[in-house]
Amino acid sequence: MKYLDEYRDPVLAKKLIAEIHRITTRPWTLMEVCGGQTHTIVKQGIDEALPAGIRMIHGPGCPVCVTPLEQVDKALAIAARPDVIFTSYGDMLRVPGSTTDLLALKARGADVRIVYSPLDAVWIAAANPARQVVFFAIGFETTAPANAMAVAEAARRGIDNFSVLVSHVLVPPAMAAILESPMNRVQAFLAAGHVCAVMGWTEYEPIAARYRVPIVVTGFEPLDLLEGIWLAVRQLEAGRAEVENQYVRAVRREGVPLAQRQIFEVFEVGERSWRGIGEIPASGYHLREAYARFDAERRFAVDEIRTREHPACIAGAILTGEKTPLDCTAYGVLCSPQRPLGAPMVSSEGTCAAFHAAGRGLGLQLRPLLMPTLAPAEAPLAPAEAPLAPAEAPR
Amino acid sequence: MCLGIPGKVVEIHDEAGLPMGKVDFGGVRKEACLAYVPETRIGDYVIVHVGFAISRVDEEEALRTLEILATMGDMVETELATMGPGMDAPAVISDEGAAGLLPVPPAAAGGRPGASPPPGGGG
Repeated sequence: MKYLDEYRDPVLAKKLIAEIHRITTRPWTLMEVCGGQTHTIVKQGIDEALPAGIRMIHGPGCPVCVTPLEQVDKALAIAARPDVIFTSYGDMLRVPGSTTDLLALKARGADVRIVYSPLDAVWIAAANPARQVVFFAIGFETTAPANAMAVAEAARRGIDNFSVLVSHVLVPPAMAAILESPMNRVQAFLAAGHVCAVMGWTEYEPIAARYRVPIVVTGFEPLDLLEGIWLAVRQLEAGRAEVENQYVRAVRREGVPLAQRQIFEVFEVGERSWRGIGEIPASGYHLREAYARFDAERRFAVDEIRTREHPACIAGAILTGEKTPLDCTAYGVLCSPQRPLGAPMVSSEGTCAAFHAAGRGLGLQLRPLLMPTLAPAEAPLAPAEAPLAPAEAPR
Repeated sequence: MCLGIPGKVVEIHDEAGLPMGKVDFGGVRKEACLAYVPETRIGDYVIVHVGFAISRVDEEEALRTLEILATMGDMVETELATMGPGMDAPAVISDEGAAGLLPVPPAAAGGRPGASPPPGGGG
């Protein structure tokens, strides 16, 4: 079938890798924003197959990981109430709060339920009119249309025992914050394909222009990522800084206007705190006043939360790409997917979990499954800092 | 949770005012809300994220992605597993859809004789 064989063909992957090697004359540092992309890159060993000077930094695009501890603690406080059915995406259940997590709370008798879609939480509320049903509305722009629709449907159907604990974050302000940091080393971004499917990519054009960084909207499969890397390196080598779209089968420049309309019907942009990173202005969504009655924080008056992170956890430095899990003293010792200290070890999209699943730094280097040819066993595993030429920022 | 999976729309129906579809993910069929991609027709591929179609895709492109995903293993399986009924949630999506579970909104009550789609779904 057209497109099929060539995209699945490891030969094409090898050609793409060879092409990346061919066009690379200097070291470059790229960041993939989305945790789903990180998972594929680490699992398939794509970063290890790249030229030694091309360094992939794993970005903050793991919604579970950046949900602030304060919101997790609020969720725990609400879920502990006997009149509450607390609903959440499954990934959040094992995220450690200051003292416990939702799964442990459930084991102790709290009514905590996993839902796949936020609409499921609305139906639970409709079926349990005597209980308060709270949904933990976390996520990036990809998830916002679903969470917004849940609130709008609850309003439309008069389901007043439904509310949401909102912790919604946005990608472009986080990218700008990374670029503003004096520690920044990122010279190009692979933007998150599904965030852009919803929002389009016009928001990224001012960022590319202002900071002179190439931004490539990229999908999630190995060949998507290789092509995205290739496009980004090609721009860097040519001194260009534009927004390009690799993920053409799913992303259009304007995004999905109906979804955007629903998001802004329910939410407005405001400051958000990111776990491990801190406050970023205009970096998330809050419920509009017209929907404030669905705000669980108001309904249950949960403030006075005092948070406490595990002292050994360096999740913040991991999320901003300053450090890798291999720099963490707790990684694989005190901290594992079975006993996570921080959120990046919980979610499959977290960098720590991706490293752990691939066996990195654990004394067992698992072979990539899909394209074993990408990372030959004899390939050096040294960090990608081999001297090619002095690093140079794109101009 | 941020993963979106492409699947083929095999049925379209209306659940008390909300356009829904049955979507086939390489043999696993699930309900998804189609409100954001109303131009979707049966046979189209959509990318589904947390129960919502967030984008319509080209079929040839979607097929190839599915087949690559089929060889990828864990992430997709994990994501598909989360699509099942929650631990103890009543939101079991049966072949008949979730019609029995849905409250009819006040605006739609009484005035919509066609709110319950015939088996097989119109579209």
